[in-house]
Amino acid sequence: MIETFYDVMRRQGITRRSFLKFCSLTAASLGLSPAFAPKIAHAMETKPRIPVLWLHGLECTCCSESFIRSGHPLAKDVILSMLSLDYDDTIMAAAGHNAEAIVTEIVEKYKGNYILAVEGNPPLAEDGMYCIIGGKPFVEQLKYAAESCKAIISWGSCASWGCVQAAKPNPTRATPVHKVPGLADKPIIKVPGCPPIAEVMTAVVAYLLTFDKLPTLDKQGRPQMFYSQRIHDKCYRRPHFDAGQFVEQWDDEAARQGHCLYKMGCKGPTTYNACSTVKWNEGTSFPIQSGHGCIGCSEDGFWDKGSFYDRLTGINQFGIEANADVVGGTAAAIVGAGVAAHAGLTALHNAKQAGDKQPGAQQ
Amino acid sequence: MSAPLAPVYVYELPVRLWHAVNALAITVLAVSGYLIASPLPSPVGEASEHFLMGYIRFAHFAAGYVLAIGLLGRLYWAYAGNEHARQIFFPPLLQAHFWAGVLQEVRWYAFIAKAPHHYIGHNPLAILAMHFVLVWGSLFMIFTGFALYGEGEGQGSWQYALFSSWLLPLFGDSQTVHTWHHLVMWFIVCFVLIHIYVAVREDKLSGQSMLATIATGWRTFKDDKPVDDAH
Repeated sequence: MIETFYDVMRRQGITRRSFLKFCSLTAASLGLSPAFAPKIAHAMETKPRIPVLWLHGLECTCCSESFIRSGHPLAKDVILSMLSLDYDDTIMAAAGHNAEAIVTEIVEKYKGNYILAVEGNPPLAEDGMYCIIGGKPFVEQLKYAAESCKAIISWGSCASWGCVQAAKPNPTRATPVHKVPGLADKPIIKVPGCPPIAEVMTAVVAYLLTFDKLPTLDKQGRPQMFYSQRIHDKCYRRPHFDAGQFVEQWDDEAARQGHCLYKMGCKGPTTYNACSTVKWNEGTSFPIQSGHGCIGCSEDGFWDKGSFYDRLTGINQFGIEANADVVGGTAAAIVGAGVAAHAGLTALHNAKQAGDKQPGAQQ
Repeated sequence: MSAPLAPVYVYELPVRLWHAVNALAITVLAVSGYLIASPLPSPVGEASEHFLMGYIRFAHFAAGYVLAIGLLGRLYWAYAGNEHARQIFFPPLLQAHFWAGVLQEVRWYAFIAKAPHHYIGHNPLAILAMHFVLVWGSLFMIFTGFALYGEGEGQGSWQYALFSSWLLPLFGDSQTVHTWHHLVMWFIVCFVLIHIYVAVREDKLSGQSMLATIATGWRTFKDDKPVDDAH
């Protein structure tokens, strides 16, 4: 018989008291009412734990780094043990053929029952040769593992959108998981961010395991509970935005006083994430709190939207550094000059015609 | 048909009212929108003493509602009003005569044709510009504008459900919607520049009244050359 989560936790020396505490905290972080804590506890006590395959494609491992630093200590201990993390080439002890054999074993043993967590993405150019795992292109491993999984979690901006390796000109054709051609049609949960917030990651896993279903996703496939609001909507500097008080220079008085970073190119108004509420490193801070604007790392294609320090997006199609104001202002200036020139020509034309009609004019 | 010597009633009151309100709304929207993207210098003092950005954004949102509701009312009037009220919404793109009229106008503006034709309503080139730039441009701004507004209102709002929910994924992300919204603002500014210039120019040079017509609704003709309305 497969062990339940509770069995595993007890075996790892976690007291029942701590276990119940974890359940209520998980319920709270998922935005559920207190009545859900016993349900989570019940689920943990009775459900067999679901194996998770954690694959790594083209990535920098910042998602894993974030995940193992989950601020909530129990989340770190418990979720890591609660997840039957059977394969994660970065943090597992096994190596070489033994490690790769685990993938096949899980796929065959738990057909249709395991969660496939993907960190990074496959490059498709040259038949996927830019990312080789165990002698084979990563894209093949991904497709193989996706074939019999229950659901896919796309960790981070790499798996969700493509991130830096998919930024223009994307020489390796790095492709986010949901766009990989020929990938089995499975539900995909995108958890974007570079990296995603640790507590968001653990909460998504906890939700999947306890309720045995996907969290509610928005139109772009992100869990609504963490990605339904912009950084800007809950930013503690928002009152300065509404007052029109902005940092104009990195070393001005407004910067010292913590005014809004909008003019410094903060992408908080266009970025959907939970940084301004959940924050980072056990709720210590987040980029805006430390004085730097949001760079929009959880948004699709954030590398290709011009400078992190400009308010207006660069428009690369024009081949030069341009933004909407440069393009639009130039167009308006050309039209204005055209109008003026046309008006001048009209006046000349009329004067000439009037001159032609005058009796006694030459010709 | 020769141009009538008596004035013709062309633009009914709702159309003229819409034109004035719309012009005002576009002006407020363009100025406040520009200031949202590139805010004014920061006021000094406590945040609680100021609400500058808040007022600018309020002006933008309020004018946006006026533009949207105005267009809805104008669409109704295209149905309920006279034949001229329909012109800018249904350009007769399949009629050869219409395109001949467009060509004639282009020739007139290129100083090739000696005089423009008479039209009781809009000339064909004007219909083309108003339909494709003003009508579709306004619709684009209303849709993207409400999509951006819905972001602030939140996922439970009707603005989010009707606009943001499908427009944000369509463009990819919020930043791209902002950029397009900004670009089309300049597109409409270009339209306004040309619109005002040609209205003044035609008033002076063509055989028909322009500026007085949009104020009073009555079109007068300076001579009795034939009218060439395409519909």
